[in-house]
Amino acid sequence: MARPAARLRERPRGRGRKPGKAQPPLPDAIVRMMPGPLRPPKNPGLKRAELLEMHRLLILNRRLEEKLSALYRQGQIVGGLYSSLGQESISVGSAFALRPDDLLAPMIRNIGALLVRGVSPRDLFLQFLARYDGPTHGKDGTLHFGNVEKKALIGPISHLGALIPVMAGAALAARMRGEDRVALTYIGDGGTSTGYFHEGLNQAAVLKLPLILIVENNGYAYSTPTSRQFAVDSLAERGPAYGCAGESVDGTDILAVYAATRRAVERGRRGEGPTLLECRAMRMRGHAEHDDMRYVPKRLLDAWRERDPIGRFEAFLVEEGHARRAELQAVSAALEPALDRAAAEALASPLPPPEEALKGVYCEPGYEAPWWPSP
Amino acid sequence: MKGAPKSIAASRPLAAVPAPGRACTATSADLLRMFQEMKLTRALEDRIERKLYRQGKIVGGVYVGRGQEAISVGAAMHIRRTGDDDRDDIVSPSHRDMAVFLMQGIPMERILAQYMGRRTGLTRGRDGNMHMGDLRQRVVAFISHLGDSIPVAAGCALTFKMRGTDQVSFCFFGEGAASRGDWHEGVNFAAVLRLPVVFICNNNGYAYSTPVAQQMAVPHVSDRARGYGIAGSSHDGNDVLEVYDAVGRAVARAREGGGPTLLEFVTFRMTGHSAHDDAGYVPKRLFEEWARKDPIQRLGARLEERGLIDGATIRDMEARIEAEVTQAVAWAESQPYPEPAECLLGVTKE
Amino acid sequence: MALTTYVEAIRQGIWEEMDADPRVFILGEDVGIYGGAFKVTEGMLEKFGEMRVIDTPISEAAIVGAAIGAALMGMRPIAEMQFIDFISCAFDQITNFAAKNRYRWGAGVPIVIRGPSGGGVHGGPFHSQNPEMYFVHTPGLKVVAPATAHDAKGLIKAAIRDEDPVIYLEHKYLYRRIKEELPKGDYVVPIGRAAVRREGRDLTIVTYGAMLYQALEAAEVLTRDGGIEAEVIDLRTLLPLDKDAILTSGKKTGKVLVVHEDTRTGGIAGEIAAIVNEEIFEYLDGPVLRVTAPDTPVPYSPPLEEFFLPNKDKILVAARKLAAY
Repeated sequence: MARPAARLRERPRGRGRKPGKAQPPLPDAIVRMMPGPLRPPKNPGLKRAELLEMHRLLILNRRLEEKLSALYRQGQIVGGLYSSLGQESISVGSAFALRPDDLLAPMIRNIGALLVRGVSPRDLFLQFLARYDGPTHGKDGTLHFGNVEKKALIGPISHLGALIPVMAGAALAARMRGEDRVALTYIGDGGTSTGYFHEGLNQAAVLKLPLILIVENNGYAYSTPTSRQFAVDSLAERGPAYGCAGESVDGTDILAVYAATRRAVERGRRGEGPTLLECRAMRMRGHAEHDDMRYVPKRLLDAWRERDPIGRFEAFLVEEGHARRAELQAVSAALEPALDRAAAEALASPLPPPEEALKGVYCEPGYEAPWWPSP
Repeated sequence: MKGAPKSIAASRPLAAVPAPGRACTATSADLLRMFQEMKLTRALEDRIERKLYRQGKIVGGVYVGRGQEAISVGAAMHIRRTGDDDRDDIVSPSHRDMAVFLMQGIPMERILAQYMGRRTGLTRGRDGNMHMGDLRQRVVAFISHLGDSIPVAAGCALTFKMRGTDQVSFCFFGEGAASRGDWHEGVNFAAVLRLPVVFICNNNGYAYSTPVAQQMAVPHVSDRARGYGIAGSSHDGNDVLEVYDAVGRAVARAREGGGPTLLEFVTFRMTGHSAHDDAGYVPKRLFEEWARKDPIQRLGARLEERGLIDGATIRDMEARIEAEVTQAVAWAESQPYPEPAECLLGVTKE
Repeated sequence: MALTTYVEAIRQGIWEEMDADPRVFILGEDVGIYGGAFKVTEGMLEKFGEMRVIDTPISEAAIVGAAIGAALMGMRPIAEMQFIDFISCAFDQITNFAAKNRYRWGAGVPIVIRGPSGGGVHGGPFHSQNPEMYFVHTPGLKVVAPATAHDAKGLIKAAIRDEDPVIYLEHKYLYRRIKEELPKGDYVVPIGRAAVRREGRDLTIVTYGAMLYQALEAAEVLTRDGGIEAEVIDLRTLLPLDKDAILTSGKKTGKVLVVHEDTRTGGIAGEIAAIVNEEIFEYLDGPVLRVTAPDTPVPYSPPLEEFFLPNKDKILVAARKLAAY
């Protein structure tokens, strides 16, 4: 750690530390990012098939991102690539609690939410590879795309927090039409510092809109630790500060994420307004692929590695008798051929013709908008 | 001076360790001064809104703080003024804080010249009403974009922290401004960096025509403090002694390195949003109810009870104030408008 | 002699100013421990400490607002936008607070707001923008956009020392592609002064930022292929515009071509065309032409972005058309 230690209080709270190991105490700013107490996952009433589907999506999320990372290293992905390693449970668990017609707006680390919504790996490869047949015709990269009509998905922009008022508006429209749809979106710990966060959440609280705002507190915003982002221990404190529900859960426990999101969804459908749900995890890779995150202490990563969401969920599934270890291990291999095929198809797909750059700035009669999702 | 701190940021949540702040008791002289400042503010704003504006002598909008003078006055009592820039506090008033300008030593006649668009107004006719400042008097000018002052006030406090002084940045705003993104960013910034700011919210019931319940889903702006990990509390904004005490504690906390405080003072806007607005959307009984809580009358009654003042002295004071205001108005009216071509000057440093 | 990159030149400029003047400090996202997303502030935390190299929350309005407040208190803040695209989040503070303060009540706001702008690195719609004209349209601000390492250093120093708010646009495509030998010792490049990068008698190409290099390459081709001698002017500052430099060259050549990476409508080329028309119409032998990006967002996919960005070939087409008048 290059940060001068003088300013950090040397008062460990003992969270997540192993007894018996003689290590120097961690600074407070780091301690507040350590994992909380380990609680065994509890099944909130999901059937075996649902649990296994959840597991399949988690594995798909991880394998897909591994493939994307490999493509990035080969120079095939020309833009940014942002990983959700170690926090896939937040995207999958939360989106799993929604109805297919609920409005969903993922951020750049929520590829899992898109998978739950039924976005195909092929479409995702096409988007990352900037192909014409991708969801933006190659005009934007990463998870910057949506499709409101067919998938109830709204795409993000890079300006953090901007989705929050937008999703409040989407929820408002749904209510005005008498629909009982909720709107769910995500923000990182860093994005909570934006003015948009404040204006959007306040608006939703005042109008009692069914907005579910999931704060993925993954310790770091690029190189900035949460201690430089906010002066509260838990962002769940912000819920009551806006007059809405606030909860905080261990984001590596997919069942806890699912259950908390379900509660929020139910509150929203009952007309009880928005929920701010903090899911705590750790960003196990750099901000983006280029970032070696040397600013993150190894001990922090080690502590969270033991909380790997897939490992935890698999242990639960085996212990509770939902699946045998071997069955779970087979999932990955079973997904592999389809993923490879999707990647190969996307790679073989053409880049956009240059003149496409001029099209679709405004509504143009006859212009063929991105045709996603693929037929 | 407390010496430059090693750390710029708070490594722990501030709410966990709120410095208590010292209790703050006003002396008799303080009470009399506050009474007089409130009286003066009311008289000056009455003249501006009810007379000069209607006579067409004010060329732009008029925003007054009638009924909420106790907040500006009680708080401004704590703004340190010594004439030394490394000791003096800084203040960012809102558009309803006339008393802050007066108490910081900005002459009444120049405020009137400002309202009238004259060359000797604080902005030389470039801006109107309360949009004025003077760094020599340690006042930062407000802009119409509500909430913009909050990060600016935090930046003033950041400088104090960098220099290791015990100066404090006072920041005034209304409950409507607290819905702005800039407000959130500024308060959070001050909380994370533990800056010496006192955030003073006048919750006066309405932002233009929007009642508090449509502005936020919590009863008090200070309820937000917990979301930032800072100290916060809500008070009777029509009791100048309560204002004086609460702000005094917050200022002490800030000077001692305890970080920002979010104070809300509940009051009522006893007028429209601006002079053109008849406030027809405000239920009449609210005005009647709040008229009974008038902060000037309340302090006056207290002073009479304590024998510090009587009817005759009050009448004398009122007469003196009226004469002062009249004189200031006459001066302002005698002032020239700016030369037309001055429009082009001073956009950047020349 | 050691060559200095464009990005290193900016870093040196900030470093030297911070070293020389305790009022200068920098604040922004990830400027401290990480040294900035593009490493412009690398090593500054260790050198100047966390009181002067301040990592902030993701709060652009608060970053600029706090810079304004500190400037009013006598400091010289440099506010970094991680990508200049995010300057929109602080638009209000810049255009309404900082820009109007001096005019309104005489209190200058000597701040620098700087960040990486421009395309060519597959940044997509939100990491490639050229937002200069929002600010060129705001009286009270100054806007600079250096193209060379020499100017990058000289202009950041001038910006820090300036008494008014300066938007300093770095071109991220140039960060590590441009290397030059820099003068020893302290120097500034004055704000408001353009530079003639290449002399010529036949036509004038006015440009700035990364497009300077495309213009210079085009000029070489024009000489080689047809004996057309283009004069190339690097604006360096967009507000206030160096009218004299444009008009002097325009009078000499009688033909003016403006090239910019910014989109077409409302780009500075339109403003320059108007000035040339108003002031030296009788010297002109042809219309003022423009080579700019089209009126679309900056697209992500390589063929689209390449199509979007002006380049040497597009400049050649316009220059030959103009030369033929």
